Amino acid sequence: MINPFRPLIAGINMFVESLRMAIANITANKLRSFLTILGIMIGVTAVIALITTISGVSSSISDSFTSMGAGSITVSTPGSDLKSGLSSEDLDDIAALENVQGVTPSVSLSVKAARNGVSETGITVSGVNEYYFINKPDALESGRSINPIDIADMSRVCMIGSDVMESFFYGVNPIGQTIYLAGVQFTVVGILAEDTDTSIASIMSGTPDILMPYTTAMKMNSQNLVTGITVYMNNPDDTEDVKTLLEEHLDALFSFEDDTYTITTMESIESTMDTMLSMMSALLAGIASIALIVGGIGIMNMMLTSVTERTVEIGLKKAIGAEPGQIQIQFLIESFLLSMIGGVTGVVLGLVVSAAMCSVMGTNFTINYGAIALGVGFSAAVGIIFGWSPARKASKLSPIDALRRM
Amino acid sequence: MNDIFFQMRKIVKQYPLGDEVSTVLRDVDLDVQEGEYLSVLGPSGSGKSTLMNIIGCLDLPTSGEYILRGQSVEELDEMELAHIRRREIGFIFQNSQMLKRMDALKNVELPLIYAGVSPRERARRAEEMLVKVGLQDRLHHFPNQLSGGQQQRVAIARALVTRPSLLLADEPTGALDQSTGKQIMALFSELNADGHTIIMITHDINIAKHAKRVVNIIDGVLSEPKGEVTFA
Ligand SMILES: Nc1ncnc2c1ncn2[C@@H]1O[C@H](COP(=O)(O)OP(=O)(O)OP(=O)(O)O)[C@@H](O)[C@H]1O
Ligand SMILES: [Mg+2]
Repeated sequence: MINPFRPLIAGINMFVESLRMAIANITANKLRSFLTILGIMIGVTAVIALITTISGVSSSISDSFTSMGAGSITVSTPGSDLKSGLSSEDLDDIAALENVQGVTPSVSLSVKAARNGVSETGITVSGVNEYYFINKPDALESGRSINPIDIADMSRVCMIGSDVMESFFYGVNPIGQTIYLAGVQFTVVGILAEDTDTSIASIMSGTPDILMPYTTAMKMNSQNLVTGITVYMNNPDDTEDVKTLLEEHLDALFSFEDDTYTITTMESIESTMDTMLSMMSALLAGIASIALIVGGIGIMNMMLTSVTERTVEIGLKKAIGAEPGQIQIQFLIESFLLSMIGGVTGVVLGLVVSAAMCSVMGTNFTINYGAIALGVGFSAAVGIIFGWSPARKASKLSPIDALRRM
Repeated sequence: MNDIFFQMRKIVKQYPLGDEVSTVLRDVDLDVQEGEYLSVLGPSGSGKSTLMNIIGCLDLPTSGEYILRGQSVEELDEMELAHIRRREIGFIFQNSQMLKRMDALKNVELPLIYAGVSPRERARRAEEMLVKVGLQDRLHHFPNQLSGGQQQRVAIARALVTRPSLLLADEPTGALDQSTGKQIMALFSELNADGHTIIMITHDINIAKHAKRVVNIIDGVLSEPKGEVTFA
């Protein structure tokens, strides 16, 4: 009675035995095996660390963009020769567009601040209106915000940040006190909350030291037209619609001349960042994959040496009935195993490295399963591809040539 | 037991040697019946090992016909040759040939591994064979922990573990002392009585005498000794 599973069972027995022999051969020369897998290990570590870190950075960037208010559009309006910016009436018109909640002009200047004989240059001042605070409700620490009356009156009032407070109001409550900005006397009405947002996006945009009514800031700048605004929307989903409306409106306003304005949405900044990051990760992964190929060549080299060293063993095995295919499988398992040991160690190291990098950069560490699959898959492929020709060479060895060497 | 095990007709083996060829086997004719115990006797360099490699399907002749169990060997591919070696032939090579990284038991198991025998069955049969060659207390010794004679006995156990129909032994007692040599010869006679066909290669006439039939090989020419009855 012939068992129909016999060939299958025989195959499994044979495979298990090949696996054992491969492990025995790898452990027989630990240092050499370790040096051989080093290339694969470094390559996979690099791939995992790069992909995980970059995806951490990019998710934290998009998080902070959203927290900064994705529901806003930044418009820069250098204008034309005839009309070099926007007037207050223009701002009111834009604020009246559909789905627009409000408009804040961005007027910024750098001044010298002075109080009680202390002075400091390079203090950054932004001119804002009430919408700034509606969209940044946490901005006020104490005192009051800038209100529409201040704007209408071009009041000489300001709100100060923690840096200014430390330099000029150490130990005193600044509310109601005066400070000279570019030689003009201002009353401090509010204190800005310490900016806890240390995100990359916030660092890029910068937080002004002092806020004042935009009308006052424009007057100090001897400027009567606004060259930059932020448009706030009721709903971030309306961004595209509002952008289209804005384009139509501004085209008409600037008589359809070219280069009179630029519209930047958070989404467009974000997508540019995303493209940049994914290009960067592709580039770095490309460089890392060179390490994998070099690692593969290392494995191939070791396997070729191993075939030469084990000529007698191979010849003997063939003499006692090993098929060429069985010899080939054994060597292939060995190179596959070598490469996988490198790959798995690399994955673990890569995760450790990227967890460390994420904690240094303050981004979220999330395990990227795609990257792990890529690392493991790549090393498996390297083991098989670079192990193929040595294994084939072993399987083709003639038993007598091998046995003559004994 | 009159079935023909193999037939050799005008077997020639040549090796290229620079611009010339060196002829190692010259028109060898040899017929071996099932169950025979044959000894090939010849001096060093006469072509004994070369002939054994061809009989054992490790090597192909340059010309001539070799028919093993009715099958022309020259028509077989690598895989079929491997299967013949695995099923029909047990080799004992001239040099000791244990695998360094395996103990005696594992070395003897090796042919069974390639035949796909289950681990338990493998170990049982290998141990049985090692007991038969007197190595019951050396099962887990590695080659560097065994004497030359003990290694040779491991090789014999390995050749026999698949219960081959043909045992090919190249100087099987070369490394053994007289008493161990005698034991091995007794084992061979026993195996032959069990129906194994044995071809033993030697340069020693006293060893050759243990076989039922002796052929001489000198300079690649095979001849039956005078006065002996041969099968046509
Ligand atoms: N690959 C080869 N290339 C060239 N010549 C070879 C080759 N293999 C064997 N020979 C030659 O064939 C001849 C016979 O070799 P073989 O090994 O068959 O001798 P032998 O009878 O087994 O001798 P010994 O008793 O010393 O083992 C030798 O002269 C050897 O030099
Ligand atoms: Mg020889």
